[in-house]
Amino acid sequence: MTEKKTAEPGKTPDLEKLEDGRLVLNMGPSHPAMHGIVRLLLTVEGERVVGSDIEIGYLHRGFEKTCETITYNQCVPYTDRLNYVSPFINNVGYALAVEKLMGVETTARCKYVRVIMSELSRLTDHLTCIGANAMELAAFTVYFYLINAREELYKLTDSVAGGRITPAYTRVGGLTRDLPADFKRDTAEVFKKVRKNISDADKLLTRNRIFYDRLHGTGHISKEDALALSFTGPALRSTGVPLDVRKATPYLVYDRFDFDIPVGSNGDNYDRYLVRLEEMKQSMRIVEQALAQLPDGPINHPDFNVSLPPKAEVYGNIEALMAHFKLTFEGVKPPKGEVYQAVEGGNGEVGFYIVSDGTGRPWRVRLRPPCFPLTGGLSKMIQGGYLADIISTFGQINMIGGELER
Amino acid sequence: MGLETALGHSFLTTRLDEAVNWGRKYSFFQYPFVTACCGMEYMSTFASTYDISRFGAEYPRFSPRQADVLFVVGTVNEKLAPVLKRVYDQMCEPKWVVSFGVCATSGGFYDNYATVQGIDKIIPVDIYIPGCPPRPEAVLDALIKLQEKVGRESVLDRKYR
Amino acid sequence: MTSYLLDTLKSRFPEAVLETHAFRGDETALIKKEALLQAAAFLRQELGFDMLMDLTAADYLPREPRFELVCHFYSTTHNYRLRLKCPVEAHDAAVDSLTPLWAGANWFEREVYDMFGIKFNGHPDLRRILMYDGFEGHPLRKDYPLKKRQPRMLHKD
Repeated sequence: MTEKKTAEPGKTPDLEKLEDGRLVLNMGPSHPAMHGIVRLLLTVEGERVVGSDIEIGYLHRGFEKTCETITYNQCVPYTDRLNYVSPFINNVGYALAVEKLMGVETTARCKYVRVIMSELSRLTDHLTCIGANAMELAAFTVYFYLINAREELYKLTDSVAGGRITPAYTRVGGLTRDLPADFKRDTAEVFKKVRKNISDADKLLTRNRIFYDRLHGTGHISKEDALALSFTGPALRSTGVPLDVRKATPYLVYDRFDFDIPVGSNGDNYDRYLVRLEEMKQSMRIVEQALAQLPDGPINHPDFNVSLPPKAEVYGNIEALMAHFKLTFEGVKPPKGEVYQAVEGGNGEVGFYIVSDGTGRPWRVRLRPPCFPLTGGLSKMIQGGYLADIISTFGQINMIGGELER
Repeated sequence: MGLETALGHSFLTTRLDEAVNWGRKYSFFQYPFVTACCGMEYMSTFASTYDISRFGAEYPRFSPRQADVLFVVGTVNEKLAPVLKRVYDQMCEPKWVVSFGVCATSGGFYDNYATVQGIDKIIPVDIYIPGCPPRPEAVLDALIKLQEKVGRESVLDRKYR
Repeated sequence: MTSYLLDTLKSRFPEAVLETHAFRGDETALIKKEALLQAAAFLRQELGFDMLMDLTAADYLPREPRFELVCHFYSTTHNYRLRLKCPVEAHDAAVDSLTPLWAGANWFEREVYDMFGIKFNGHPDLRRILMYDGFEGHPLRKDYPLKKRQPRMLHKD
């Protein structure tokens, strides 16, 4: 930071001439080439960025405070809207955290379904990230290809959860509903199209001179810096650290699948792009294995103190009726304590830290947003680079406002 | 037909409002003020599957000076409110505002210290789209509704806004 | 239950470690806030915790000490996790900053300052991050009402 006084929001002059020939340039909060609302106050020397201050908070929606006033299951729809590009992963992470707090384990089928939906979410996340990034770098066709693939996946999630983007699919101890009957067949068809679209995008982008030049070597970060800045996910893996929560501390049934963790070596935008591209293929591999292994059985925990009893029971059995009533009005009641549960999100480690005071409402819900440290490290990544490189760097850290600012 | 038949194919008669509105409603230049989750559906709407350009709202303009429809897509919080107001003020007349999704419309289920309870507390709104987020079909429906609304306007109305 | 990590920490800082537990397998040590920076440095340099995964706080209002600072550490080499917590009194809500050890603590600490009003000694740039200048109070404190709005501009009704 060369210019401290520029940091005051509201009072900042948008363009201010500094004494030594440097300019302070305001980028955002509503900028065409940046999806998401973030404000960059850049100090530039010609085309070079010599300093930057990043201001966030334009999408702070009080998620954590709101969760303290509602029951555990009512928090689920709010978790959808954290990382809205990969909602299922947030749902699953939250449900796993509460289940860990309660010390219950879900049924085998539920675990498999959660894995499948998480991986579909990872696909939509990476498709959106690469598509939007390509669009910002003027590769409009790729955007259409990838959004078409995403559209197919949305149709799939729509058929499962009844919502394209905000499914609110998990509940503590289970899921809202089972997979539809034709799910396997539909997935196979959708994956055929998605594979085609991804391979088209791959052909158009990976060896494309313009795309390569704009991504290769830009937004560079070293392995040590990435670790010190708490980077996770594709941004960390692009520097060569093979950290993936799915492999490091397998949750659900991730230890039963054969999949690879792609890592980069340079820690630049191009590696991040390649890591994402490969991860999509691995996600499809996981989904196919999970569908092959998918066991039959119930999707909800059998204990009525954890998940809602089936409707037939509620109408025909007084115990189930009471359990339904209590669960709906008071909610599940985990014992006093605190847990931290991490899952691998689209951008890295999504961690839920939940404190319970023994009542039906959480005392404290904290989301560890993976793109929060990434955006914090953006200053370092754009330092010394060209102004135009900010677009590719910002696109590749895949900032998601809902998750960043909650 | 009347005058046209008498005078050949050199001109046609119409009402000024109709001619102007016809031009306006089929060539919306939108300014997407994308903040949150609804942005994903906005992206879907303007990509090839739903293809908003079929309705003349072809291309987003990211300069408020070049836009006539402001799409407020997603939650607006107290910190962002002055930014939205400024973007709106920078747009030239005639301008319309579409409130995209329940957060922009009423704050949605975010009723707390951070969020603005509907952008209509800050700027005037022409069309509200319900849904959290609205499906692309709903967005296209809203666009058609906006076209109908523009079609009913008179060029003389604008100064009263 | 014995745990290598917690035992090492206890033997290294016998005075400062107030309590340890491993509820649901999350190894946790409650530590005096004066010793936080030292303990964190020990974790980083000698036990191989190279990542500060998360840093946050919680408000336990009627209780004294009122706040708890919660840090989650992760070691990429050994693949284990540890949680350190510090009780923080409301009248003296200031803790040593972890920014000298992990650059990534910068924004996490700004968020805790913004949301809870806990100050960090030695932080390079401690100011609000999510809320705006002119916002009074700290929203995640339990005594901040959920719906108390502080608009930056006039709202129509």
